[in-house]
Amino acid sequence: MTPLDAITRKAKPPRGAIVRLLYRFLVGLAALPLIAFLLLPIAGLLFHAQMAALVSAVVDPQAARAISLSAQTTLLTVVLTVLLGTPVAYVLARKEFAGKGLLDALIELPIVLPPSVAGIALLLTFGRRGILGSLLSAHGVEIPFTESAVVMAQLFVASPLYVKTLAVGFAEVDRQLEQAASIDGASAWQTFRFVTLPLSARAALGGAIMSWARSLGEFGATIIFAGNFPGRTQTMPLAIYIGFEMDLQTALALGAILLVVSFLVLAAVKVLLGKLLVLG
Amino acid sequence: MPKIFGAIVILFLGMTSSSEPRAQENPPQEITVFAAASLHDVFARLGEDFRAKYPQARFTFNFAGSQQLLQQLQQGARADIFASADLRHMDAAVASGLIDSASVQIFLRNRLVVVFSPSSSNALRDLHDLDQPGVKIVLADKAVPAGLYALQMLDRCDQTADFNPSFKTSVLANVVSYEENVRTVLSKVVLGEADAGIVYTSDAASVAAKGIRTATIPASVNVIATYPIGPLKESKSGGLAGRFVAFLLTDAAQEVFEHFGFIRRDGGDTIR
Repeated sequence: MTPLDAITRKAKPPRGAIVRLLYRFLVGLAALPLIAFLLLPIAGLLFHAQMAALVSAVVDPQAARAISLSAQTTLLTVVLTVLLGTPVAYVLARKEFAGKGLLDALIELPIVLPPSVAGIALLLTFGRRGILGSLLSAHGVEIPFTESAVVMAQLFVASPLYVKTLAVGFAEVDRQLEQAASIDGASAWQTFRFVTLPLSARAALGGAIMSWARSLGEFGATIIFAGNFPGRTQTMPLAIYIGFEMDLQTALALGAILLVVSFLVLAAVKVLLGKLLVLG
Repeated sequence: MPKIFGAIVILFLGMTSSSEPRAQENPPQEITVFAAASLHDVFARLGEDFRAKYPQARFTFNFAGSQQLLQQLQQGARADIFASADLRHMDAAVASGLIDSASVQIFLRNRLVVVFSPSSSNALRDLHDLDQPGVKIVLADKAVPAGLYALQMLDRCDQTADFNPSFKTSVLANVVSYEENVRTVLSKVVLGEADAGIVYTSDAASVAAKGIRTATIPASVNVIATYPIGPLKESKSGGLAGRFVAFLLTDAAQEVFEHFGFIRRDGGDTIR
Protein backbone atom coordinates (compact mmCIF):
# COMPACT_ATOMS: atom_id res chain seq x y z
CA MET A 1 0.00 0.00 0.00
CA THR A 2 1.47 3.37 -1.04
CA PRO A 3 1.20 6.36 1.29
CA LEU A 4 -1.13 8.00 -1.24
CA ASP A 5 -3.47 5.06 -1.04
CA ALA A 6 -3.60 5.39 2.71
CA ILE A 7 -4.50 9.08 2.47
CA THR A 8 -7.31 8.61 -0.04
CA ARG A 9 -8.66 5.78 2.00
CA LYS A 10 -8.74 7.91 5.09
CA ALA A 11 -10.33 10.85 3.25
CA LYS A 12 -13.15 8.67 1.95
CA PRO A 13 -15.49 7.71 4.74
CA PRO A 14 -16.03 3.97 4.87
CA ARG A 15 -19.07 2.66 3.03
CA GLY A 16 -20.75 1.62 6.25
CA ALA A 17 -20.63 5.17 7.59
CA ILE A 18 -22.40 6.58 4.52
CA VAL A 19 -25.14 4.03 4.83
CA ARG A 20 -25.47 4.82 8.50
CA LEU A 21 -25.66 8.54 7.77
CA LEU A 22 -28.28 7.98 5.07
CA TYR A 23 -30.21 5.76 7.45
CA ARG A 24 -30.19 8.41 10.14
CA PHE A 25 -31.34 11.02 7.64
CA LEU A 26 -34.23 8.85 6.48
CA VAL A 27 -35.34 8.04 10.01
CA GLY A 28 -35.24 11.74 10.84
CA LEU A 29 -37.26 12.49 7.73
CA ALA A 30 -39.85 9.87 8.64
CA ALA A 31 -40.20 11.26 12.15
CA LEU A 32 -40.61 14.82 10.96
CA PRO A 33 -44.28 14.91 9.81
CA LEU A 34 -45.78 13.88 13.14
CA ILE A 35 -43.39 16.04 15.14
CA ALA A 36 -44.32 19.03 12.99
CA PHE A 37 -48.01 18.17 13.26
CA LEU A 38 -47.81 18.03 17.06
CA LEU A 39 -45.76 21.17 17.49
CA LEU A 40 -47.25 23.51 14.89
CA PRO A 41 -50.66 24.00 16.59
CA ILE A 42 -48.89 24.79 19.85
CA ALA A 43 -46.77 27.35 18.03
CA GLY A 44 -49.93 28.69 16.34
CA LEU A 45 -51.68 29.16 19.67
CA LEU A 46 -48.72 30.94 21.25
CA PHE A 47 -48.24 33.03 18.11
CA HIS A 48 -51.84 34.27 18.12
CA ALA A 49 -52.10 34.84 21.87
CA GLN A 50 -51.00 38.40 22.29
CA MET A 51 -49.07 39.48 25.32
CA ALA A 52 -51.55 42.29 25.98
CA ALA A 53 -54.46 39.85 25.98
CA LEU A 54 -52.52 37.59 28.31
CA VAL A 55 -52.30 40.39 30.84
CA SER A 56 -55.91 41.47 30.38
CA ALA A 57 -57.06 37.86 30.76
CA VAL A 58 -55.57 37.70 34.22
CA VAL A 59 -57.22 41.03 35.04
CA ASP A 60 -60.55 40.20 33.37
CA PRO A 61 -62.87 39.25 36.25
CA GLN A 62 -64.48 36.26 34.56
CA ALA A 63 -61.16 34.84 33.36
CA ALA A 64 -59.57 35.51 36.73
CA ARG A 65 -62.44 33.67 38.44
CA ALA A 66 -61.90 30.73 36.09
CA ILE A 67 -58.18 30.66 36.91
CA SER A 68 -58.79 30.82 40.64
CA LEU A 69 -61.56 28.21 40.49
CA SER A 70 -59.30 25.89 38.51
CA ALA A 71 -56.50 26.37 41.04
CA GLN A 72 -58.79 25.68 44.01
CA THR A 73 -60.61 22.67 42.61
CA THR A 74 -57.54 20.96 41.17
CA LEU A 75 -55.60 21.36 44.43
CA LEU A 76 -58.50 19.87 46.36
CA THR A 77 -58.69 17.06 43.82
CA VAL A 78 -55.01 16.27 44.29
CA VAL A 79 -55.30 16.24 48.09
CA LEU A 80 -58.28 13.87 47.87
CA THR A 81 -56.46 11.77 45.27
CA VAL A 82 -53.46 11.30 47.57
CA LEU A 83 -55.55 10.61 50.67
CA LEU A 84 -57.95 8.19 49.02
CA GLY A 85 -55.63 6.84 46.31
CA THR A 86 -52.65 5.79 48.42
CA PRO A 87 -54.46 2.92 50.18
CA VAL A 88 -55.83 1.73 46.84
CA ALA A 89 -52.35 1.73 45.30
CA TYR A 90 -51.00 -0.19 48.31
CA VAL A 91 -53.73 -2.81 48.07
CA LEU A 92 -53.16 -3.23 44.34
CA ALA A 93 -49.39 -3.53 44.74
CA ARG A 94 -49.20 -5.74 47.83
CA LYS A 95 -52.35 -7.70 48.48
CA GLU A 96 -53.53 -10.80 46.68
CA PHE A 97 -57.24 -11.40 46.49
CA ALA A 98 -59.87 -12.81 44.18
CA GLY A 99 -60.81 -10.41 41.42
CA LYS A 100 -57.69 -8.29 41.82
CA GLY A 101 -57.01 -8.35 38.07
CA LEU A 102 -60.55 -7.21 37.39
CA LEU A 103 -60.33 -4.40 39.94
CA ASP A 104 -57.02 -3.33 38.45
CA ALA A 105 -58.59 -3.07 35.00
CA LEU A 106 -61.73 -1.33 36.27
CA ILE A 107 -59.72 1.34 38.06
CA GLU A 108 -57.96 2.09 34.79
CA LEU A 109 -61.28 2.49 32.99
CA PRO A 110 -61.80 6.22 33.73
CA ILE A 111 -58.44 6.93 32.07
CA VAL A 112 -59.60 5.58 28.72
CA LEU A 113 -63.28 6.45 29.03
CA PRO A 114 -64.36 9.52 27.00
CA PRO A 115 -64.85 12.30 29.58
CA SER A 116 -68.35 12.97 28.26
CA VAL A 117 -69.30 9.42 29.18
CA ALA A 118 -67.78 9.98 32.62
CA GLY A 119 -69.92 13.12 32.98
CA ILE A 120 -73.13 11.34 32.07
CA ALA A 121 -72.24 8.43 34.37
CA LEU A 122 -71.63 10.82 37.27
CA LEU A 123 -74.90 12.63 36.54
CA LEU A 124 -76.86 9.39 36.48
CA THR A 125 -75.27 8.31 39.77
CA PHE A 126 -74.90 11.49 41.81
CA GLY A 127 -77.47 13.63 40.01
CA ARG A 128 -80.68 14.59 41.77
CA ARG A 129 -82.46 11.60 40.32
CA GLY A 130 -79.40 9.36 40.25
CA ILE A 131 -78.91 6.13 42.18
CA LEU A 132 -77.05 7.74 45.08
CA GLY A 133 -77.98 11.32 44.27
CA SER A 134 -81.65 10.75 45.01
CA LEU A 135 -80.74 9.54 48.51
CA LEU A 136 -78.50 12.54 49.06
CA SER A 137 -81.16 14.83 47.64
CA ALA A 138 -83.64 13.51 50.19
CA HIS A 139 -81.23 14.81 52.86
CA GLY A 140 -80.89 18.17 51.20
CA VAL A 141 -77.53 17.49 49.53
CA GLU A 142 -77.48 18.24 45.82
CA ILE A 143 -74.21 17.85 43.96
CA PRO A 144 -74.72 18.83 40.31
CA PHE A 145 -73.92 22.45 39.41
CA THR A 146 -71.70 22.91 42.48
CA GLU A 147 -67.95 23.13 43.08
CA SER A 148 -68.19 19.66 44.62
CA ALA A 149 -69.36 18.39 41.24
CA VAL A 150 -66.31 19.98 39.60
CA VAL A 151 -63.99 18.24 42.09
CA MET A 152 -65.80 14.93 41.69
CA ALA A 153 -65.53 15.08 37.91
CA GLN A 154 -61.80 15.78 38.21
CA LEU A 155 -61.30 13.08 40.85
CA PHE A 156 -63.06 10.55 38.65
CA VAL A 157 -60.89 11.08 35.59
CA ALA A 158 -57.59 11.97 37.28
CA SER A 159 -57.14 9.85 40.43
CA PRO A 160 -56.56 6.55 38.53
CA LEU A 161 -53.36 8.05 37.11
CA TYR A 162 -52.02 8.51 40.65
CA VAL A 163 -53.13 5.07 41.80
CA LYS A 164 -51.52 3.32 38.85
CA THR A 165 -48.22 5.21 39.13
CA LEU A 166 -47.95 4.72 42.88
CA ALA A 167 -48.85 1.03 42.65
CA VAL A 168 -45.85 0.57 40.35
CA GLY A 169 -43.73 2.56 42.84
CA PHE A 170 -44.85 0.35 45.74
CA ALA A 171 -44.18 -2.81 43.75
CA GLU A 172 -40.63 -1.67 43.03
CA VAL A 173 -39.70 -1.25 46.71
CA ASP A 174 -37.32 -4.03 47.79
CA ARG A 175 -39.25 -6.36 50.09
CA GLN A 176 -36.05 -7.32 51.93
CA LEU A 177 -35.72 -3.77 53.25
CA GLU A 178 -39.21 -3.99 54.71
CA GLN A 179 -38.50 -7.39 56.18
CA ALA A 180 -35.27 -6.07 57.71
CA ALA A 181 -37.22 -3.23 59.31
CA SER A 182 -39.80 -5.56 60.83
CA ILE A 183 -37.06 -7.89 62.10
CA ASP A 184 -35.57 -4.84 63.81
CA GLY A 185 -38.87 -4.40 65.59
CA ALA A 186 -40.71 -1.87 63.41
CA SER A 187 -44.50 -2.17 63.43
CA ALA A 188 -46.36 -2.59 60.14
CA TRP A 189 -47.23 1.11 60.18
CA GLN A 190 -43.64 2.12 60.99
CA THR A 191 -42.34 -0.04 58.16
CA PHE A 192 -44.77 1.57 55.77
CA ARG A 193 -44.16 5.08 57.07
CA PHE A 194 -40.34 4.97 57.30
CA VAL A 195 -39.36 2.43 54.61
CA THR A 196 -42.01 1.86 51.95
CA LEU A 197 -43.34 5.38 51.69
CA PRO A 198 -39.99 7.22 51.40
CA LEU A 199 -38.81 4.73 48.79
CA SER A 200 -41.91 5.31 46.67
CA ALA A 201 -42.18 9.03 47.32
CA ARG A 202 -41.03 9.94 43.84
CA ALA A 203 -43.67 7.74 42.24
CA ALA A 204 -46.27 9.33 44.52
CA LEU A 205 -45.16 12.83 43.58
CA GLY A 206 -44.98 12.03 39.88
CA GLY A 207 -48.43 10.42 39.99
CA ALA A 208 -49.89 13.32 41.93
CA ILE A 209 -48.53 15.84 39.44
CA MET A 210 -49.92 13.85 36.53
CA SER A 211 -53.32 13.69 38.23
CA TRP A 212 -53.19 17.39 38.84
CA ALA A 213 -52.40 18.12 35.20
CA ARG A 214 -55.23 15.86 34.05
CA SER A 215 -57.72 17.54 36.37
CA LEU A 216 -56.56 20.97 35.23
CA GLY A 217 -57.45 20.06 31.65
CA GLU A 218 -60.72 18.30 32.54
CA PHE A 219 -63.59 19.55 30.38
CA GLY A 220 -66.11 16.98 29.16
CA ALA A 221 -67.16 15.48 32.48
CA THR A 222 -67.23 18.91 34.12
CA ILE A 223 -69.53 20.65 31.62
CA ILE A 224 -71.99 17.76 31.74
CA PHE A 225 -71.95 17.02 35.48
CA ALA A 226 -71.18 20.46 36.94
CA GLY A 227 -72.52 22.71 34.21
CA ASN A 228 -71.14 26.11 33.34
CA PHE A 229 -71.51 28.92 35.88
CA PRO A 230 -68.87 31.67 36.10
CA GLY A 231 -67.11 31.61 39.46
CA ARG A 232 -68.79 28.40 40.60
CA THR A 233 -68.27 25.68 38.03
CA GLN A 234 -66.66 27.46 35.07
CA THR A 235 -63.07 26.20 35.16
CA MET A 236 -60.41 27.35 32.71
CA PRO A 237 -61.18 24.77 30.01
CA LEU A 238 -64.88 25.72 30.13
CA ALA A 239 -64.07 29.42 30.00
CA ILE A 240 -61.88 28.72 26.98
CA TYR A 241 -64.67 26.80 25.25
CA ILE A 242 -67.33 29.45 25.86
CA GLY A 243 -64.75 32.20 25.28
CA PHE A 244 -63.87 30.76 21.88
CA GLU A 245 -67.33 31.86 20.82
CA MET A 246 -67.50 35.19 22.62
CA ASP A 247 -64.04 36.59 23.07
CA LEU A 248 -61.35 34.79 21.14
CA GLN A 249 -58.45 36.78 22.59
CA THR A 250 -59.29 35.89 26.20
CA ALA A 251 -59.76 32.26 25.18
CA LEU A 252 -56.37 32.27 23.48
CA ALA A 253 -54.71 33.87 26.49
CA LEU A 254 -56.23 31.32 28.88
CA GLY A 255 -55.20 28.59 26.46
CA ALA A 256 -51.63 29.85 26.42
CA ILE A 257 -51.54 29.93 30.22
CA LEU A 258 -52.77 26.33 30.40
CA LEU A 259 -50.23 25.33 27.75
CA VAL A 260 -47.28 26.79 29.63
CA VAL A 261 -48.44 25.36 32.98
CA SER A 262 -48.98 21.92 31.43
CA PHE A 263 -45.51 22.00 29.89
CA LEU A 264 -43.89 22.86 33.21
CA VAL A 265 -45.84 20.03 34.85
CA LEU A 266 -44.70 17.53 32.24
CA ALA A 267 -41.11 18.67 32.59
CA ALA A 268 -41.34 18.25 36.38
CA VAL A 269 -42.80 14.75 36.00
CA LYS A 270 -40.07 13.81 33.54
CA VAL A 271 -37.34 14.91 35.93
CA LEU A 272 -38.97 13.18 38.91
CA LEU A 273 -39.82 9.93 37.19
CA GLY A 274 -36.51 9.89 35.33
CA LYS A 275 -34.75 9.93 38.68
CA LEU A 276 -37.10 7.25 39.94
CA LEU A 277 -36.13 4.97 37.09
CA VAL A 278 -32.43 5.55 37.73
CA LEU A 279 -32.79 4.91 41.44
CA GLY A 280 -35.22 2.03 41.09
CA MET B 1 -44.57 2.29 0.31
CA PRO B 2 -46.41 4.37 -2.34
CA LYS B 3 -49.26 1.89 -2.07
CA ILE B 4 -49.51 2.44 1.66
CA PHE B 5 -49.38 6.17 1.11
CA GLY B 6 -52.13 5.91 -1.47
CA ALA B 7 -54.21 3.87 0.93
CA ILE B 8 -53.81 6.51 3.62
CA VAL B 9 -54.84 9.25 1.22
CA ILE B 10 -57.91 7.27 0.20
CA LEU B 11 -58.72 6.67 3.85
CA PHE B 12 -58.54 10.39 4.57
CA LEU B 13 -60.67 11.26 1.56
CA GLY B 14 -63.16 8.68 2.74
CA MET B 15 -63.29 10.34 6.12
CA THR B 16 -63.84 13.83 4.78
CA SER B 17 -66.44 13.06 2.15
CA SER B 18 -68.39 9.87 2.39
CA SER B 19 -69.34 8.84 -1.09
CA GLU B 20 -71.74 5.98 -1.46
CA PRO B 21 -71.81 5.08 -5.11
CA ARG B 22 -75.26 4.64 -6.52
CA ALA B 23 -76.41 4.06 -10.07
CA GLN B 24 -78.00 7.34 -11.16
CA GLU B 25 -78.06 9.85 -13.98
CA ASN B 26 -76.90 12.66 -11.68
CA PRO B 27 -73.60 12.30 -9.88
CA PRO B 28 -73.89 12.55 -6.07
CA GLN B 29 -73.65 16.10 -4.80
CA GLU B 30 -72.48 16.99 -1.29
CA ILE B 31 -74.37 19.68 0.61
CA THR B 32 -72.82 20.66 3.91
CA VAL B 33 -75.27 22.49 6.15
CA PHE B 34 -74.16 24.38 9.27
CA ALA B 35 -77.35 24.74 11.29
CA ALA B 36 -78.38 26.00 14.73
CA ALA B 37 -78.79 23.23 17.33
CA SER B 38 -82.55 23.86 17.54
CA LEU B 39 -82.92 22.74 13.90
CA HIS B 40 -81.56 19.27 14.64
CA ASP B 41 -84.70 17.15 14.28
CA VAL B 42 -86.51 19.12 11.63
CA PHE B 43 -83.54 19.41 9.25
CA ALA B 44 -82.89 15.69 9.40
CA ARG B 45 -86.50 15.18 8.27
CA LEU B 46 -86.48 17.93 5.63
CA GLY B 47 -83.18 16.66 4.25
CA GLU B 48 -84.92 13.36 3.55
CA ASP B 49 -87.87 15.14 1.96
CA PHE B 50 -85.52 17.10 -0.27
CA ARG B 51 -83.70 13.95 -1.30
CA ALA B 52 -86.99 12.48 -2.50
CA LYS B 53 -86.94 15.18 -5.18
CA TYR B 54 -83.18 15.43 -5.67
CA PRO B 55 -81.74 11.97 -4.98
CA GLN B 56 -78.25 13.15 -5.88
CA ALA B 57 -78.12 15.33 -2.76
CA ARG B 58 -75.88 14.01 0.03
CA PHE B 59 -76.39 16.01 3.22
CA THR B 60 -73.79 16.54 5.88
CA PHE B 61 -75.27 18.41 8.84
CA ASN B 62 -73.25 20.20 11.47
CA PHE B 63 -75.51 21.16 14.37
CA ALA B 64 -74.19 23.42 17.13
CA GLY B 65 -74.85 26.77 18.77
CA SER B 66 -74.98 29.46 16.04
CA GLN B 67 -72.05 31.27 17.66
CA GLN B 68 -69.91 28.14 17.38
CA LEU B 69 -70.87 27.58 13.75
CA LEU B 70 -69.98 31.19 12.93
CA GLN B 71 -66.56 30.77 14.57
CA GLN B 72 -65.94 27.61 12.58
CA LEU B 73 -66.90 29.35 9.33
CA GLN B 74 -64.72 32.35 10.14
CA GLN B 75 -61.82 30.00 10.82
CA GLY B 76 -62.25 28.55 7.33
CA ALA B 77 -64.56 25.57 7.74
CA ARG B 78 -66.09 24.61 4.39
CA ALA B 79 -69.88 24.69 4.14
CA ASP B 80 -72.59 25.29 1.59
CA ILE B 81 -75.36 26.65 3.80
CA PHE B 82 -75.46 28.53 7.10
CA ALA B 83 -78.72 28.57 9.08
CA SER B 84 -78.49 30.72 12.21
CA ALA B 85 -80.94 31.03 15.10
CA ASP B 86 -80.57 34.80 15.16
CA LEU B 87 -79.84 37.75 12.89
CA ARG B 88 -76.78 38.75 14.93
CA HIS B 89 -74.67 35.81 13.80
CA MET B 90 -75.91 35.97 10.20
CA ASP B 91 -75.03 39.69 10.10
CA ALA B 92 -71.55 38.80 11.36
CA ALA B 93 -71.22 36.15 8.64
CA VAL B 94 -72.21 38.72 6.01
CA ALA B 95 -69.80 41.26 7.51
CA SER B 96 -66.97 38.72 7.31
CA GLY B 97 -67.66 38.32 3.60
CA LEU B 98 -68.78 34.71 3.94
CA ILE B 99 -72.30 35.24 2.67
CA ASP B 100 -73.83 37.68 0.20
CA SER B 101 -76.37 39.81 2.06
CA ALA B 102 -78.75 39.70 -0.91
CA SER B 103 -79.01 35.93 -0.66
CA VAL B 104 -80.00 35.85 3.03
CA GLN B 105 -83.61 34.95 3.72
CA ILE B 106 -85.70 34.62 6.85
CA PHE B 107 -87.03 31.08 6.70
CA LEU B 108 -88.41 30.45 10.16
CA ARG B 109 -89.43 31.87 13.52
CA ASN B 110 -89.46 30.38 16.95
CA ARG B 111 -90.56 31.55 20.37
CA LEU B 112 -89.33 30.92 23.86
CA VAL B 113 -91.11 28.70 26.32
CA VAL B 114 -90.54 27.72 29.94
CA VAL B 115 -90.00 24.01 30.58
CA PHE B 116 -90.32 22.34 33.97
CA SER B 117 -88.75 19.01 34.80
CA PRO B 118 -91.09 16.04 35.24
CA SER B 119 -90.05 15.76 38.91
CA SER B 120 -90.29 19.45 39.79
CA SER B 121 -92.77 20.71 42.32
CA ASN B 122 -96.29 21.35 41.10
CA ALA B 123 -96.08 24.80 42.66
CA LEU B 124 -94.04 25.70 39.60
CA ARG B 125 -96.62 26.60 36.98
CA ASP B 126 -95.45 29.42 34.79
CA LEU B 127 -92.88 32.08 34.10
CA HIS B 128 -93.90 34.03 37.22
CA ASP B 129 -92.73 31.18 39.44
CA LEU B 130 -89.14 31.27 38.23
CA ASP B 131 -88.16 33.86 40.85
CA GLN B 132 -89.18 31.65 43.78
CA PRO B 133 -86.18 30.97 45.99
CA GLY B 134 -84.54 27.57 45.52
CA VAL B 135 -85.77 26.91 42.00
CA LYS B 136 -82.85 25.53 39.98
CA ILE B 137 -82.81 27.10 36.54
CA VAL B 138 -80.60 26.41 33.54
CA LEU B 139 -80.32 28.88 30.69
CA ALA B 140 -78.31 28.86 27.50
CA ASP B 141 -75.15 30.97 27.73
CA LYS B 142 -75.44 34.54 26.51
CA ALA B 143 -73.10 33.55 23.65
CA VAL B 144 -75.92 31.30 22.38
CA PRO B 145 -78.92 32.91 20.64
CA ALA B 146 -81.41 31.18 22.96
CA GLY B 147 -79.50 32.53 25.96
CA LEU B 148 -79.49 36.09 24.69
CA TYR B 149 -83.19 35.89 23.80
CA ALA B 150 -83.93 34.65 27.33
CA LEU B 151 -82.10 37.64 28.83
CA GLN B 152 -84.02 40.01 26.52
CA MET B 153 -87.27 38.39 27.58
CA LEU B 154 -86.38 38.84 31.27
CA ASP B 155 -85.54 42.49 30.58
CA ARG B 156 -89.03 42.94 29.17
CA CYS B 157 -90.54 41.30 32.26
CA ASP B 158 -88.84 43.93 34.41
CA GLN B 159 -90.51 46.66 32.38
CA THR B 160 -93.96 45.16 32.79
CA ALA B 161 -96.18 45.86 35.78
CA ASP B 162 -97.22 42.22 35.66
CA PHE B 163 -93.88 41.11 37.15
CA ASN B 164 -91.93 42.05 40.28
CA PRO B 165 -89.62 44.99 39.63
CA SER B 166 -86.50 42.89 40.32
CA PHE B 167 -87.83 39.80 38.57
CA LYS B 168 -84.81 39.38 36.31
CA THR B 169 -82.33 39.65 39.20
CA SER B 170 -84.23 37.07 41.23
CA VAL B 171 -84.45 34.69 38.29
CA LEU B 172 -80.76 35.02 37.47
CA ALA B 173 -79.94 34.34 41.13
CA ASN B 174 -81.61 30.95 40.63
CA VAL B 175 -79.56 30.07 37.56
CA VAL B 176 -77.20 27.16 38.26
CA SER B 177 -75.67 26.78 34.80
CA TYR B 178 -75.34 28.57 31.47
CA GLU B 179 -75.26 25.76 28.92
CA GLU B 180 -73.40 25.83 25.63
CA ASN B 181 -76.44 25.19 23.50
CA VAL B 182 -80.21 25.12 23.86
CA ARG B 183 -80.43 21.33 23.59
CA THR B 184 -78.27 20.74 26.66
CA VAL B 185 -80.61 23.07 28.58
CA LEU B 186 -83.43 20.75 27.58
CA SER B 187 -81.42 17.62 28.52
CA LYS B 188 -80.75 18.86 32.04
CA VAL B 189 -84.41 19.69 32.60
CA VAL B 190 -85.55 16.35 31.17
CA LEU B 191 -83.06 14.56 33.46
CA GLY B 192 -84.49 16.46 36.41
CA GLU B 193 -81.13 17.95 37.37
CA ALA B 194 -82.64 21.39 36.95
CA ASP B 195 -86.21 22.33 37.84
CA ALA B 196 -86.75 24.69 34.96
CA GLY B 197 -85.20 26.01 31.80
CA ILE B 198 -85.97 28.35 28.95
CA VAL B 199 -85.89 26.82 25.48
CA TYR B 200 -87.71 27.21 22.16
CA THR B 201 -91.21 25.86 21.62
CA SER B 202 -89.72 23.57 18.97
CA ASP B 203 -87.39 22.03 21.58
CA ALA B 204 -90.27 21.51 23.99
CA ALA B 205 -92.18 19.78 21.18
CA SER B 206 -89.27 17.48 20.30
CA VAL B 207 -89.09 13.77 21.03
CA ALA B 208 -86.24 14.43 23.43
CA ALA B 209 -88.56 16.46 25.66
CA LYS B 210 -90.49 13.49 27.08
CA GLY B 211 -92.41 14.09 30.28
CA ILE B 212 -91.63 17.75 30.76
CA ARG B 213 -94.27 20.37 31.53
CA THR B 214 -94.27 23.53 29.47
CA ALA B 215 -95.58 27.00 30.20
CA THR B 216 -96.10 29.56 27.50
CA ILE B 217 -94.56 32.97 27.94
CA PRO B 218 -96.99 35.91 27.55
CA ALA B 219 -96.71 37.43 24.08
CA SER B 220 -96.21 40.85 25.66
CA VAL B 221 -92.80 39.87 26.97
CA ASN B 222 -91.84 36.95 24.71
CA VAL B 223 -89.08 37.26 22.18
CA ILE B 224 -89.55 35.84 18.72
CA ALA B 225 -86.41 34.21 17.37
CA THR B 226 -85.79 34.90 13.71
CA TYR B 227 -83.91 32.28 11.72
CA PRO B 228 -82.02 33.51 8.67
CA ILE B 229 -80.45 31.19 6.11
CA GLY B 230 -78.03 31.78 3.28
CA PRO B 231 -75.70 29.91 0.94
CA LEU B 232 -71.97 30.44 1.46
CA LYS B 233 -70.26 32.41 -1.30
CA GLU B 234 -67.65 29.70 -1.70
CA SER B 235 -70.21 26.89 -2.01
CA LYS B 236 -69.40 24.52 -4.85
CA SER B 237 -72.62 22.60 -4.71
CA GLY B 238 -73.64 23.84 -8.15
CA GLY B 239 -76.96 25.46 -7.31
CA LEU B 240 -78.25 22.56 -5.24
CA ALA B 241 -77.64 24.54 -2.03
CA GLY B 242 -79.81 27.37 -3.41
CA ARG B 243 -82.48 24.88 -4.35
CA PHE B 244 -82.50 23.50 -0.80
CA VAL B 245 -82.95 27.01 0.61
CA ALA B 246 -85.82 27.59 -1.83
CA PHE B 247 -87.31 24.25 -0.79
CA LEU B 248 -87.30 25.32 2.88
CA LEU B 249 -89.47 28.31 1.95
CA THR B 250 -92.13 26.20 0.20
CA ASP B 251 -95.50 25.58 1.83
CA ALA B 252 -94.75 21.88 2.23
CA ALA B 253 -91.54 22.56 4.16
CA GLN B 254 -93.10 25.32 6.23
CA GLU B 255 -95.84 22.90 7.29
CA VAL B 256 -93.17 20.46 8.48
CA PHE B 257 -91.60 23.26 10.50
CA GLU B 258 -94.95 24.00 12.12
CA HIS B 259 -95.37 20.34 12.90
CA PHE B 260 -92.03 20.45 14.75
CA GLY B 261 -93.19 23.39 16.87
CA PHE B 262 -91.75 26.32 14.92
CA ILE B 263 -93.62 29.35 13.62
CA ARG B 264 -93.90 29.79 9.85
CA ARG B 265 -91.73 32.50 8.44
CA ASP B 266 -94.77 34.61 7.56
CA GLY B 267 -96.80 33.58 10.58
CA GLY B 268 -97.07 34.61 14.19
CA ASP B 269 -96.46 37.90 15.90
CA THR B 270 -93.47 39.36 14.16
CA ILE B 271 -91.37 41.27 16.61
CA ARG B 272 -88.17 42.28 14.87
